[in-house]
Amino acid sequence: MAQKESILDRPLNELERRLLNDFQEGFPLTSRPFRTIAESVGCTEDEAMHTLQQLQSNQLISRVGPVFRPNRVGASTLAAMEVPAERLQVVADIVNGYGEVNHNYEREHQLNLWFVVTAANRDMLESILLEIEHTTGLEVIDLPMIEDFHINLGFPLQWL
Amino acid sequence: MIGNSESLISDPLDRELVQAVQGGIPLVVNPYAAIAEQIGTGETDVIRRLERLLESGDIRRFGVVVRHRELGYRANAMVVWDVNDKRVSEIGRLIGRQSCVTLCYRRPRRSGRWRYNLFCMIHGRSREGVLNNLQLLIENCGLETIEHEVLFSRRRFKQRGARYVTQKESRDPLPCQTSLTVE
Repeated sequence: MAQKESILDRPLNELERRLLNDFQEGFPLTSRPFRTIAESVGCTEDEAMHTLQQLQSNQLISRVGPVFRPNRVGASTLAAMEVPAERLQVVADIVNGYGEVNHNYEREHQLNLWFVVTAANRDMLESILLEIEHTTGLEVIDLPMIEDFHINLGFPLQWL
Repeated sequence: MIGNSESLISDPLDRELVQAVQGGIPLVVNPYAAIAEQIGTGETDVIRRLERLLESGDIRRFGVVVRHRELGYRANAMVVWDVNDKRVSEIGRLIGRQSCVTLCYRRPRRSGRWRYNLFCMIHGRSREGVLNNLQLLIENCGLETIEHEVLFSRRRFKQRGARYVTQKESRDPLPCQTSLTVE
């Protein structure tokens, strides 16, 4: 069976690049946003919509939608753990088991597991951290944001 | 300000809207109409509410959220700084303005466990690229005397948008809570 050509097997085309780069903010809040985009980049409504669908299904974009100001809609924190190397995958899986965890990375440091937890309120957040401590027997260091210095306007992409 | 637990979006329909769009809008011809139907209001109301959340700053931006790694930005470093508490806001604002920096937060120190109070994220196509950007950042902002560490990421176990689960919604259950024993 012929393999469908994947977007990942070739360099991104001009339309894909523009959709990735130019609509990280100011995505149209119109009844037919893909038509608005199409008018601005010079393609059809269908092309704009399908290209974004394809970029999403190939995981080049995580979503089209809002980025909330931290701690305005709920409570969030960055948590760090020192996990013995041989337990890291298992502990990471436990952490990933929580729907409230949205980022979870191994990092090069004595504190080697770093994850972001977001919940409706601070109490729920704390109960999750306690539960992780209890389940793993490891300390969780809670580092909530105190002040935000970055104005998030998206990530300017540079093409090779 | 630590652990600000009060949700500032209190309007019930706004909260439902947040819940409906937090994982992304559906990529269909009339996405806002689809969301409107889901939460039981009209398309115009959805659009007006999103505009208002943008104006108030509760939504910081609305648009395409890219996945850095998949786009070739494979190196990502969290750089943490031990800044004099009196100067942390000033230095934070300076770092937060640099184009190579994608996040910049003040966070608490934890006695005996964690000494750094300023965090920023630098993405790059390579480790060398990130370190070059860091060097430029240090020179541009005059950070030569500030103690810092660079925490490159190794494995990514999870990356996706935040879910602001509302109070009435139950949490995802812990999978295999009893059988998943940790050696």
